[in-house]
Amino acid sequence: MATEHSRATARLMISPAVLLLLAWMIVPLALTLYFSFLRYNLLMPGMEEWAGFLNYKFFLTDPAFFSAVWKTLELVGGVLIITVVGGILLALLLDQQFWGQGAVRILVIAPFFVMPTVSALVWKNMFMNPVNGLFAYLAKVFGLPPFDFLAQAPMLSIIMIVAWEWLPFATLILLTALQSLDSEQLEAAEMDGASFISRFFYIVLPHLSRAITVVILIQTIFLLSTFAEILVTTNGGPGTATTNLTYLVYVQSLLQFDVGGGSAGGVVAIILANIVAIFLMRMIGKNLDA
Amino acid sequence: MSAITLKNVTKRFGDVTVIPGIDLSIEDGEFVVFVGPSGCGKSTLLRLIAGLEDVSAGVIDIDGADVTGTAPAKRGLAMVFQSYALYPHMSVAGNIGFPLRMAGESKEAIDKKVRAAAATLNLTDYLHRKPRELSGGQRQRVAIGRAIVREPKGFLFDEPLSNLDAALRVNMRLELSELHAQLKTTMIYVTHDQVEAMTMADKIVVLNRGHIEQVGSPLTLYNKPDNLFVAGFIGSPKMNFLGPTYAKEHGAATVGVRPEHIKISKESGLIKGTAGVAEHLGSDTFVHVHVAPDQMITVRTSGDSVLRHGDTVWLTPDEDRLHRFDAQGKAIR
Repeated sequence: MATEHSRATARLMISPAVLLLLAWMIVPLALTLYFSFLRYNLLMPGMEEWAGFLNYKFFLTDPAFFSAVWKTLELVGGVLIITVVGGILLALLLDQQFWGQGAVRILVIAPFFVMPTVSALVWKNMFMNPVNGLFAYLAKVFGLPPFDFLAQAPMLSIIMIVAWEWLPFATLILLTALQSLDSEQLEAAEMDGASFISRFFYIVLPHLSRAITVVILIQTIFLLSTFAEILVTTNGGPGTATTNLTYLVYVQSLLQFDVGGGSAGGVVAIILANIVAIFLMRMIGKNLDA
Repeated sequence: MSAITLKNVTKRFGDVTVIPGIDLSIEDGEFVVFVGPSGCGKSTLLRLIAGLEDVSAGVIDIDGADVTGTAPAKRGLAMVFQSYALYPHMSVAGNIGFPLRMAGESKEAIDKKVRAAAATLNLTDYLHRKPRELSGGQRQRVAIGRAIVREPKGFLFDEPLSNLDAALRVNMRLELSELHAQLKTTMIYVTHDQVEAMTMADKIVVLNRGHIEQVGSPLTLYNKPDNLFVAGFIGSPKMNFLGPTYAKEHGAATVGVRPEHIKISKESGLIKGTAGVAEHLGSDTFVHVHVAPDQMITVRTSGDSVLRHGDTVWLTPDEDRLHRFDAQGKAIR
C-alpha cells in the first residue's frame, strides 16, 4: 500500500514539471500548425484569413523547395562523412601514447566550444577570404590564383565549416568507445596473425559501430537545422546554392514577411526530419539494441 | 612440436626491472606451468615468449631458431587469454575460424577445420551463437578452439581458468590435460593456483620476483623443495616452519614439516599445544594447533577425528620427513 501511495504522490509531485515541458512544446507546435493554415503576412496586419492548404501548395510547388531539400541532404551527408571518417582517424591517433597527450586532447575538443556564428565568421574572413584569407595567402605562396571558396564552391565551404565544428564531438565519442576496447582482444587478433589493417576492420570497427550510430543520429538531428553558418557566410547564396530547408523557412517568413508560408515550411521540415529519423532508426538503430 | 629456450631473458619497464634475467629450457611436448604469487612476473614472461612484449635483453629460441625479434603471429604459438578475448561480434564459428581466415585459407578448408575443432571441444551445437550467449566454460572452450585450429607449435595459457567457478575449473583442468595427451604439443601454462600447477604440469617453474626459484616435476618440488619459498608455496595447506630451538637440534636454521607428516595425539608427544579450529573435509581433517602464542601448526589427521576446540594435544613430527633449511633459506640435503 505504501508503494501505491508513494507512487501516486510521486506522480503528483512531478506533474507540474511535466505539464510545463509539455506546454512548452505543444504551444509553439500548435501555433505553427495554426499559422500554416492562415493567410498571414506581416506587411498586411489585421488581414489574416483562413487559407486551407494553400500555403502548403505554394511551398511544396516552389522550385526552391526541392532544391532546399537536396541541399539539406547534401550538407548533412557531407558533414557526416567527414566527421565520422575524420573522427575515427583522429580517435585512433589520440588513443596512442605520446607526450602532451592531455593538452592535445583538450585542444582537439576546443572547436566544439566556439559558437557557430563566430567560427563561421572566422572561417569566412580569416581563412576563405580571397584577399586577406590564409588559404589565399598559401595559394599565392605557390603562385596559384586565390580561390574564392564561398563564391566558387559555396556548399563545400559550408560543409567544411560545419564539419570542423562537429569533428571534435565525433572524435570525443569515438575516442571513449575506442578506449573501452579490451586490449586482450587486439592482442589475441595479433597472435592470430591479423595485420594492423585487418585488426582495424575485424575488431576495432565492429567495436565502434554503436558509437558511430550514436554520432550519426545525434549529428543528423542538429545538422538538419543548420542555420547560423549559412546566415553569416553566404546568406543562402549565391542564388540558392546554400539554401537549406531551415534557411528557406527563414527567407519565407522573415524576409518575405509571409508567416503563413513560413509556418507551412516549418511543418514540412518537421515531417521530413521525422521521415529521415525513421529511416535512420531502421537502418542503423538496430546497433543500439542488446 | 617445439622446444623453447630462454637465454638470459630480461624485461624492464622504464626503471623497473620485472625480470632480471631468466634461463630456461622447455622440451618438446612438455606441459610446463609457471607458478608464483601475483606480481612475480609469470604473465610477463609468458607475454615475452608470445612476443606481445619485447625483451629488454636476452634471446628466445623456438626449435633452435632465434625468434627474439619476430612478430607474435610468426612465432607459431597460440595463446589463450584470461578474459578469453573472444571477438564479441563474431559467432563461435567466426571466432574459431579467425586465425585461418587471417592466414588466407579457403572457405571449405576453414569450415572443415572449425568443425573438427568444435567436435573435439563439444561446441558443434553452438557454432552459430555469439560469445555473449555462452556460459563461462563454453567461452573458455571457444578460446581453446581458436588456439588449436592453427595447429601451433605451442600453446600459451594465461590463467585461463581463473574466471570459472570451482566445479567447472576441476572439469576444465581434466579437459586440458586430456587435450595435451591428445595433441602432444608443448604447452606453457601460467597460474597462481598451485593446485592447478601440481595436477597438470610435467614440469613446474616456480617464480618469485622475476627469479626462478626452482624447476622440477610436481613431486620433486613437493618432496625436495630447494628453498623456503618453494617449500612454503607448494602444498596445501602450507608447510609448517618450526622455530630455532627445534631447528638447532637438527642442525638447521629453519625446519619445515608438512601437515601430513605430523602425528597428533591426546596423550603424549614432542610438542604440546592447544587445538584450535578443525576443518573437516570428510576424507581428512586439518587441525590448527596453537603451540605458542604466535605460532600455529597445521596437522592433517583422519576424517573422523573428534578433537575439539581447546583440547590439549601433543604433536610429533616425522623425523625422516623433515625439510631442513640454512640461514639463507637454502635446503640442506
